[in-house]
Amino acid sequence: MNELERYQDPLTIQRVLHSASTIAIVGLSGNELRASNFVGYYLKRHGYRVIPVNPRETEILGEACYPSLSDLPEPVDVVNVFRAPDALPAIAQEAVAINAGTLWCQFGVVNEEAARIAEDGGVTVIMDRCLKVEHARYVGRMHWLGFNTGRITSVRGSLQ
Amino acid sequence: MTAERNLPEAVREFGFETRQLHAGQRPDPNTGARAVPIFQTTSYVFEDPESAGAYFNLQEYGNTYSRIMNPTVAVFEERVANLEGGAGAVAFASGIAAQQAALFTLLEPGDHVVSSSALYGGTVNQFKHLFRKMSVELTWVDPDDPGAWRKAVRVNTKAFFGETIGNPAGNVLDIDAVASVAHEHELPLIVDNTFATPYLCRPIEWGADIVIHSATKFIGGHGTSIGGVVVEAGTFNWSNGRFRVVADPSPAYHGLQFHETFGTYGYLMKLRAETLRDLGAALAPLNAFLFLQGLETLSLRMERHVDNARAVADFLEAHEVASNVTYPGLPASGYRPLVEKYLPRGAGAVFSFDCAGGRQGGQDLIRSVALWSHLANVGDAKSLIIHPASTTHRQLSDAELEAAGVRPGTIRLSVGTESVDDLIWDLEQALDRVR
Repeated sequence: MNELERYQDPLTIQRVLHSASTIAIVGLSGNELRASNFVGYYLKRHGYRVIPVNPRETEILGEACYPSLSDLPEPVDVVNVFRAPDALPAIAQEAVAINAGTLWCQFGVVNEEAARIAEDGGVTVIMDRCLKVEHARYVGRMHWLGFNTGRITSVRGSLQ
Repeated sequence: MTAERNLPEAVREFGFETRQLHAGQRPDPNTGARAVPIFQTTSYVFEDPESAGAYFNLQEYGNTYSRIMNPTVAVFEERVANLEGGAGAVAFASGIAAQQAALFTLLEPGDHVVSSSALYGGTVNQFKHLFRKMSVELTWVDPDDPGAWRKAVRVNTKAFFGETIGNPAGNVLDIDAVASVAHEHELPLIVDNTFATPYLCRPIEWGADIVIHSATKFIGGHGTSIGGVVVEAGTFNWSNGRFRVVADPSPAYHGLQFHETFGTYGYLMKLRAETLRDLGAALAPLNAFLFLQGLETLSLRMERHVDNARAVADFLEAHEVASNVTYPGLPASGYRPLVEKYLPRGAGAVFSFDCAGGRQGGQDLIRSVALWSHLANVGDAKSLIIHPASTTHRQLSDAELEAAGVRPGTIRLSVGTESVDDLIWDLEQALDRVR
């Protein structure tokens, strides 16, 4: 677990959340009950442009779906991955090829080789963290449901 | 997608005393109020139909109805979760309701629970009678024997349950050892941490999966409010095949698979969105506020509670009318090694002793005290005294009394934060009358 901490730095996570606007979600499911769909829906709701990447679908969450990262028609700030860990190195190579800013791998999507590929290609890596949870922790309303955000601050919050 | 600045404090590990004041709350964005506002409110206006749908579908964190979540209660929940080191918490109208909800969420008819026999009498009653009505089987074990826990496991076992410091006999649970046995069998360990509070012990750090509190006691600390809370570590694998009721598509929530969809937060989501929704024992916002006031001084009160408890226990141990002083913090206690491991800051402030003269002697003592309050509660800043055999443990059989460490002359004390000399003075003059 400790070796993953370098991919979970709170300041990096906040920088990515605050600076990103376009997020490609690899492995986004069209099934409304799957975790990836919850995350995609949430990110759209919070103003991010979400681009689904899934070779088995044509449209998810009302957005055109692309078979792979190489097929995307526009640059993306974050590549968010919901795939098995062994699919990650190839995705990391694609993320480098399309000049993505960040490779963000969800809970359990852990692959050190992929992290090396991405970092060597100048892509920021966040691993074993949920994009929705981190947004809800630092920007959103996770505290409204009694979850432990770990945040301690006396700075007045912004309206939500 | 937000202009808010980065928060450098996110990388600092704040101390317990800081977190008991700050965790769970930022100054109110609307008004700047520094204290936690009391949201004495049942319901919340939705921005639009889509937002309303997203809240009810659990796709977005939003307030809907105060039976399920409330902004004041949420501060209390997050603060307790933070102090215990859990992923989150759900508050309830009482400790007993919290306990019932924690178990109800993971049990089905035909399941089995292994529990320590040295428990609060109210918990013993709850397990005996409510479990029977739920068709859940129960095995009591000697909490001091890890082998007994292992032997009691069956194919349908779903949880281990124990108290950090047993009520009233002062058994200290070997959390590390019992959690290891539970995890060998892919079972969660549930620990009632009411008597220790997170200041003295954090069971999750020793392997517990779920921690329960009666917040009525030391958390509130002032005897004003009834309430309870369930904290989950967020690390238990509910998808291990034994917990279909947590992992399978839920008929009570349009087929949602809580553990798969919410991962770390799956059990807590189910506890709130289904169990609290359906059992309805929501904590009142005013009570949450009063518990937050209590939490702000938790460490300060607990330091004084344990100092006073140790002094009172020393006094009783040397007194000829008192025997069998169960304070686990005494040097001669058999639990001393466990106290050093799990409770280095002190072994709580609730314990019992046996008064000479059996039932009559115990009642004489109760009649003679003038400063100690004779009532059925513990964890108040005021010192409390009770005779369990005629009150809290009255419904138990003799055998169950014995298993819970209660004899006819047993007196339970909850040592408060008064001047300790006054507490000892009162016990001394009352013990003189028993003679």
